Amino acid sequence: MIAKLAWKNIWFKPLNTILSVVLLTSSVAIITTLVLVEKQFEEKFTKNIDGVDLVMGAQGSPLQLILSSVYHVDAPTGNISYDSAKVWMQHPFVEKAIPLAFGDNSRGFKILGTTADYLEKYEAKIAEGKIFENNFEVVIGSEIAQKLSLTLGDEFYGSHGDAAEGHVHEEYAYKVVGIAAPTGKVVDNLILCTIPSVWQMHGDHGSTESENPAHEEGHVHVEGDDQDHNHHHDLTLDEPGMEITAVLLKFRNKMGIVTWPRIIAQNTKMQVASPALEVNRLFSLFGIGIQALQYLAYGIMLISGISIFIALYNTLKERKNEFALLRVNGAKRMQLMQLVLIESLLLCIVGFIFGTILGRVSILWISASSEQDFKMSFNPYEFLWDKEGVLFLLTIGVGVVAALIPALKAYKLNISKTLANA
Amino acid sequence: MIKIEKLHKSYPIGKDSLHVLKGIDLHIKEGEFVSIMGSSGSGKSTLLNIVGLLDIHDQGNYFLNGQLIKNMNEKKAAILRNKFLGFVFQSFNLISYKTALENVSLPLYYQGVSRKERQESALNYLEKVGLKDWATHLPSELSGGQKQRVAIARAMASQPKVLLADEPTSSLDDKNAEKVIELLTSLSKEYKAALVIVTHDSRIKEKFINKITLI
Repeated sequence: MIAKLAWKNIWFKPLNTILSVVLLTSSVAIITTLVLVEKQFEEKFTKNIDGVDLVMGAQGSPLQLILSSVYHVDAPTGNISYDSAKVWMQHPFVEKAIPLAFGDNSRGFKILGTTADYLEKYEAKIAEGKIFENNFEVVIGSEIAQKLSLTLGDEFYGSHGDAAEGHVHEEYAYKVVGIAAPTGKVVDNLILCTIPSVWQMHGDHGSTESENPAHEEGHVHVEGDDQDHNHHHDLTLDEPGMEITAVLLKFRNKMGIVTWPRIIAQNTKMQVASPALEVNRLFSLFGIGIQALQYLAYGIMLISGISIFIALYNTLKERKNEFALLRVNGAKRMQLMQLVLIESLLLCIVGFIFGTILGRVSILWISASSEQDFKMSFNPYEFLWDKEGVLFLLTIGVGVVAALIPALKAYKLNISKTLANA
Repeated sequence: MIKIEKLHKSYPIGKDSLHVLKGIDLHIKEGEFVSIMGSSGSGKSTLLNIVGLLDIHDQGNYFLNGQLIKNMNEKKAAILRNKFLGFVFQSFNLISYKTALENVSLPLYYQGVSRKERQESALNYLEKVGLKDWATHLPSELSGGQKQRVAIARAMASQPKVLLADEPTSSLDDKNAEKVIELLTSLSKEYKAALVIVTHDSRIKEKFINKITLI
């Protein structure tokens, strides 16, 4: 009955109530969104760098190298010579080296030339079919199979570069020979083939593009003027004078992680970058923005607390008579105090529920757009008990503090005076 | 039921104090009807508030149902009010967003009566004041006389031993005032409740034998 009374009282001044709930909802929604996105973002970023100590690629921004070759969200820094890369890949310090050659895309999904080690690194099992062996055979990520409705044996053409609307290479068709099982990592959104497939696809117009490297940065093609050697036979990894985009390195001897960045920068035209370091740098950059938004959200929560306080305080003045009546009819002081507290808590709980829902709706929206742009999706149905639990307690705390003075006033109400003035 | 001995009450007004009740003695037996009269400011309502445990006296003794009321905490006062006393006010004092039925069942809620019983009982009292058909109406949909009848039903719902009415008829016309007085007296008789009415309404004065006049 007290809860019912409180509920009815809340609607005594609907505009005040709506304002308080809207403010609370927005602050809870912002915080929920930030907390979930931050957590899932970090999780995704960390998951993908497991087993990669350093990335070797063309000189340029190290962060760009990591973003492009590990996360596939940025343009590559350029190409490197496979022959010079091989020298380092075969170094005794190196446990595993996975070469990557960025090729084309199919309807926005990247076609990546690599080796079978790449699938192994991401623990991606082949769910259907087999691994790529010959040129133009591809293994597609689980998400791609679903989104492009591709099945084993299907053939498709690639479009040049990153843009889905780029020039279509109709010389060679890719053939799906395998579909990878879902991993929750970048590989789900990639089309994987052999590196020579990428070389062969671009071999016929390599020379003209190599004169304009800015236009084609990172998209591998054949160097030099040898234009027609590739039309009639399949290229292999042993082909001399070829280019790749990057190499993912895992070290046997961890000394290499420390020494290689300097050695390679000084002695070659390449660079190596540490994904862990770059990702940390990225998070600290994001962190400032996220923190600023979080402060804003807490500010809104404080305002909503003040709004609840003002609403309760004002209605209390108008409801003094009613409270006195409840007392005359046997309500105890504590019950009136409870009534005011419950009113405030009801507002907070409603605000929290709406905020949690709205936060998830915004994650759905963010997820849809990041999925489109970066092939990165967020799960709105995850509930972080620790962080969201604390947020719930904080919301309740705001409600209790806001109701404290009005509740005390209700407690101290002088019945005879109030009724005498009625 | 109510025994008051040498009761004093003063109110501070600025630096001075206004001595409102000066040594009142009063004895009201079970089922007795008493009207308290007096000019404005003579302390009628103050006396009623003290009897109703809404205010505290300065000096003297007040016994309610044999129990001495002294230094009583609010919690205990609330329990005694709920158990022994029913109130009817001049301005009806119904809760505006509650229906007639909900208003009547309110004291029963604080007595811990179950929802179903509350409803049955409240409906029964509404029937006694002739407003059964108005049970689901809000106070704003009722006339002044009807509102006061709902207030009487509410006061009776907890089956009080004493029914305290503060100017219950002064905002009603003759016909409604007549009906309200009739209800107050008949219900008090039926439930053997003492009836204490503060009034300066001559329509009531005539019907009461026991009169206390405050000067």
